[in-house]
Amino acid sequence: MKAAAFDYVRATSVGEALSLLTRHGTGAKLLAGGQSLLPALNLRLSAPDILIDISRIDALRSIVVSPSGLKIGALTRHADLLGSADIARHAPLLSRAIVHVAHAALRSRGTIGGSLANADPAAELPACILALAARLVAEGPDGVRVIPASSFFTGLFETALRPDEILTAIEIDPQHADATHGFEELARRSGDYAIVGLAAQGRRANGAWTELRLGYFSVGTRATLALQAAEILIGGGSLDEAAAALGRDLQPHDDLQASASTRLHLARVLLRRVVTRMETAA
Amino acid sequence: MNITLSVNGETVTADVLPRTHLVDFLREQLGLTGSHLGCEHGVCGACTVRLDGDIVRGCLVLAVQADGCVVETIEGLSDTGEIADLQAAFIARNALQCGFCTPAMLIAAQDLLRHGGVPTREEIREHLSGNYCRCTGYQAIVDAVEQTARQRHDAVESTAGTREAAR
Repeated sequence: MKAAAFDYVRATSVGEALSLLTRHGTGAKLLAGGQSLLPALNLRLSAPDILIDISRIDALRSIVVSPSGLKIGALTRHADLLGSADIARHAPLLSRAIVHVAHAALRSRGTIGGSLANADPAAELPACILALAARLVAEGPDGVRVIPASSFFTGLFETALRPDEILTAIEIDPQHADATHGFEELARRSGDYAIVGLAAQGRRANGAWTELRLGYFSVGTRATLALQAAEILIGGGSLDEAAAALGRDLQPHDDLQASASTRLHLARVLLRRVVTRMETAA
Repeated sequence: MNITLSVNGETVTADVLPRTHLVDFLREQLGLTGSHLGCEHGVCGACTVRLDGDIVRGCLVLAVQADGCVVETIEGLSDTGEIADLQAAFIARNALQCGFCTPAMLIAAQDLLRHGGVPTREEIREHLSGNYCRCTGYQAIVDAVEQTARQRHDAVESTAGTREAAR
């Protein structure tokens, strides 16, 4: 289908984009990479009055490493992440996950900030950001605020961003020497949205977990940390106990691809696979 | 809105509606019908074109977003001879039937091949996984891409060998 008619304006700075957002209000949509927005427009699931194109704000397309960690500009594209030695070194979970994000022709346009702000429950990056305990930097008319990943995803395609705010960067703490990560997703075809996926990040010392975050995606309405399962593993509990706890951590949904009970089963399969591999590797 | 861009090496200035995506613009305003429109929501890959050197879904980029950019379509890649060997391999291997997916398949395959080396069949399949073909079952396409990769690799090797021998 063809998109409904809309106006278009290109912003060249965050300040300009913010004032355009304020001026046009809820009728406006930000256009970053457009790889989720354009399908929604073409399918007429979304019909904004005006698109504010922020994709050429070059200041937001950057990967900076400093003693305080990684700072990734919101308009950094998936292909940029994939090709970055800094990401491979300081957030290898992202490098590992990004190859599962759609296909080369979409990774060349799609952005990390766009993916996070879109908050698709089946997307890989929200779960990675949860597992990495990242911070999201938002700019609005009242200035800059930092939102922890754990309180960013609030519902189905819903985030803690206010309508007049723009996500500008993602901050990730420096990796510890004992950091380890794991990632796996189950999909029917390469590049498809996962039926269930798991992005995990943790630390191990003397054969035990000192830190572990299990970010599930495509299970329920939003990317979710399996807090109780992680707690059990950190406390020295077994994988069986942790797998059982997933029943309390996750609220899987039914859809055409899989039933809720299949999803929970698959979430447990992934837990065993990913955690076992991380324990063996660490 | 007025846009100016380079399409297959020629500078084009045009007036487009904001909602017009790149492939509709190429097909309907410029008559470049080699880029096809299948699903129109980024799944089938038939609209793949090059934008500033990277492959993109032409249905997921607005024409206004291509303002100031360099666009290359199958017409351009054919005319420059950049993929002549790949096209010949597609014909030799019977890697197309109806041909609807073929222009995009060639562009996606060339995107992999231009990075050099000989990709494994698995890597070829992975790179083409965003391009649907409903006729061939993909086997012959992978064959053609693999054959072209080998030929290019051998050509580079033999050129290097000739240079070595001439010393």
